[in-house]
Amino acid sequence: MIFSLKKWVQHMNKFFIVLSQTYLNRLKSKAFIITTVITLLMIFLITNISTIINTFDSSEADRVGVIDTGSFYSPLEKQINMMDAEIVLEKFDGTEEEAEKAVEQGELDSYLVLEENEAQEPSGVYKAKTVAEQVTPQVLETALQQMKSTFAAEKAGVTQEQLNQIDQPVQFEKVALEKGAKTEDELNQARVFVYVLLFVIYFSVIFYGNMVAVEVATEKSSRVMEILISSVSPVKQMFGKILGIALLGLTQYAIIIASGYLFMEMQEESITETGFLSFLDFSNISASLIVYAVVFFMLGYLLYATILAMVGSLVSRAEEVQQMIMPVQLLIIVAFFIAMFGLSTPSATFVTISSYIPFFSPVVMFLRVGMLSIPFWEVAISLALLVGAIVLFGIMGAKVYRGGVLMYGKSSSLKDIGKALKLSKREQ
Amino acid sequence: MLEFQNVSKQFGAFTAVEGLNLSIPENEIFGLLGGNGAGKTTTFRMLLRLIDQTKGTISWKEEKISYDSSHLIGYLPEERGLYPKMKVKEQLIYLGKLRGMKKSEVEKEITIWLDRFKVPEYLDKKVEELSKGNQQKIQFIASVIHKPELLILDEPFSGLDPVNVEVLKEAVLDLKKAGTTILFSSHRMEHVEELCEHLCILHKGKAVVSGNLKEIKRSYGKKNIRIDADFDLSFLKNVEGVLRLKQGMNHSVVQIENEQVSQKILHELASKGFVRKFELEEPSLNDIFIEKVGAAYE
Repeated sequence: MIFSLKKWVQHMNKFFIVLSQTYLNRLKSKAFIITTVITLLMIFLITNISTIINTFDSSEADRVGVIDTGSFYSPLEKQINMMDAEIVLEKFDGTEEEAEKAVEQGELDSYLVLEENEAQEPSGVYKAKTVAEQVTPQVLETALQQMKSTFAAEKAGVTQEQLNQIDQPVQFEKVALEKGAKTEDELNQARVFVYVLLFVIYFSVIFYGNMVAVEVATEKSSRVMEILISSVSPVKQMFGKILGIALLGLTQYAIIIASGYLFMEMQEESITETGFLSFLDFSNISASLIVYAVVFFMLGYLLYATILAMVGSLVSRAEEVQQMIMPVQLLIIVAFFIAMFGLSTPSATFVTISSYIPFFSPVVMFLRVGMLSIPFWEVAISLALLVGAIVLFGIMGAKVYRGGVLMYGKSSSLKDIGKALKLSKREQ
Repeated sequence: MLEFQNVSKQFGAFTAVEGLNLSIPENEIFGLLGGNGAGKTTTFRMLLRLIDQTKGTISWKEEKISYDSSHLIGYLPEERGLYPKMKVKEQLIYLGKLRGMKKSEVEKEITIWLDRFKVPEYLDKKVEELSKGNQQKIQFIASVIHKPELLILDEPFSGLDPVNVEVLKEAVLDLKKAGTTILFSSHRMEHVEELCEHLCILHKGKAVVSGNLKEIKRSYGKKNIRIDADFDLSFLKNVEGVLRLKQGMNHSVVQIENEQVSQKILHELASKGFVRKFELEEPSLNDIFIEKVGAAYE
């Protein structure tokens, strides 16, 4: 008993040596440091975007000269002031040529010619050096539109109050009848949360999954593999790698989330409540959804990483990796598109069906859990199928890996899986 | 004792190794010879359990080899390779740990071995910066750093310059002195003659010659005579018992059926003219190999 325990420790020891080697080697790599720093910079920019915009966008308001042939200047000025736009109107008493000169000399940014048309309503012509700038003319147009409506209403004998009433948006509320169904508020938050998470899962599976395939293929193409598999069993080696990279991914996310949180805390006002990032308010997200997110994320990674490690072991030269993992990546992309489509129609039949297919379930079932309130047994079945697929691919992957790493061919293709299985066949 | 009992390996319809029986005594250097595709690498891979034999058993000290005994075994594969981007030190530490060593032990051994190969400055170099021959030295270190009981060297000297071949050969002999059992393959006959007491020649997966080097040579029967004479020797071709005549610039080698023939030739030569040298030799392993394998090889 003690002897076998010692053996077990020895076994696990090698697994952890592979795991930590993979993890530390990647952690110290330039690629890891650079991607992490770039991501952190991006997060810093996003969380500080309003401050940054304010710093750079300190330019004064647009000065617009108005040549008014009718009597629209003062109502327009009132309207613009009400709209709180960054526009300063100046009544321009000269001719159009003089206004043009003023624009050229920089005294004005643009000018507006206001005229009265046959219906005694205002019409305008906006002239600026270029009309690429959209905000100012849009604001002016809206203001004129408002004025026109008011004039037209007055002419028809409609009071301002009546007009306001007409403009009042209708009250429309969606209420879910089903017990346990998500409320509108919850759904909106869930939608954003699921949307963000779908991207994270999709991106991670592609990014870290590829890393596993590349790692295996590099060892194989550099021929260091044969020494490795003569000291550690291929199974331990494969899973040591997969989990080592998983740990790396978790480290990277931990750094990103922690610093994202810190950056937000550093803001003077809480940007998730009022500001630009208000859509990131996840206060209504249930804890169970977060748990599901982690579970589906990990299982999805495990499934694809196992398949990709298997595929990586079939490659003879490192350059062939991309070509070999293409079909696997297509599966992830399909899963992602189903999920994107499912965001607006989570109850569609094909979404429901694909939420049970292991290749798709990590994203699609997560989407359903997030958007609908589905009974636990449905999730359990999907999870069981997913775990089953992982075990299946784990066993098959380990066998292919064992044979694949000894195979060197001219070109690599997925057909080699069969050959690799034959080579690793245990005949005793 | 490393034992192969009736070991066969079948890849589909192709038989890579057939009915191999070998007993390799401990603390000895054993040579496995054979042309390309003779089954050497397959034999090693079965021994290391990288692939399973179709039939037969392989045992080291009466036990099956498994990953539990990987710290007892060292392996230098024919397909050389290390992590190109990793430093020599990190690399050897990783591989040493996988063979059950502690980091501090590996570090101590690395210094000893790098000094011995007179390349201590490689410690912090990336492998891709080293020449091929020097990479091979590092790889050799990787296979012996954990002081294995059983060392398997697949074509250890291929691709090395003569100086490095000597350095490595010395290292192999020292390991043997220290008690290591060494199994190595080569198609360079002179290396095998120099290092091995026992050997086995594989041809198309079968052992065609197997046993003690001296006995193999003795039982081969045929002998060589090295002759240096002032006159043309082509008449020897017609002497009964002469199998082959190879005339060279300085001396000629005559292969004869048995020792007796040599005395007949000696008489013939004495009557012809001045003979500077007449020497009866054991057959070279090369001769035996070429005859048994039936194909010219190097």
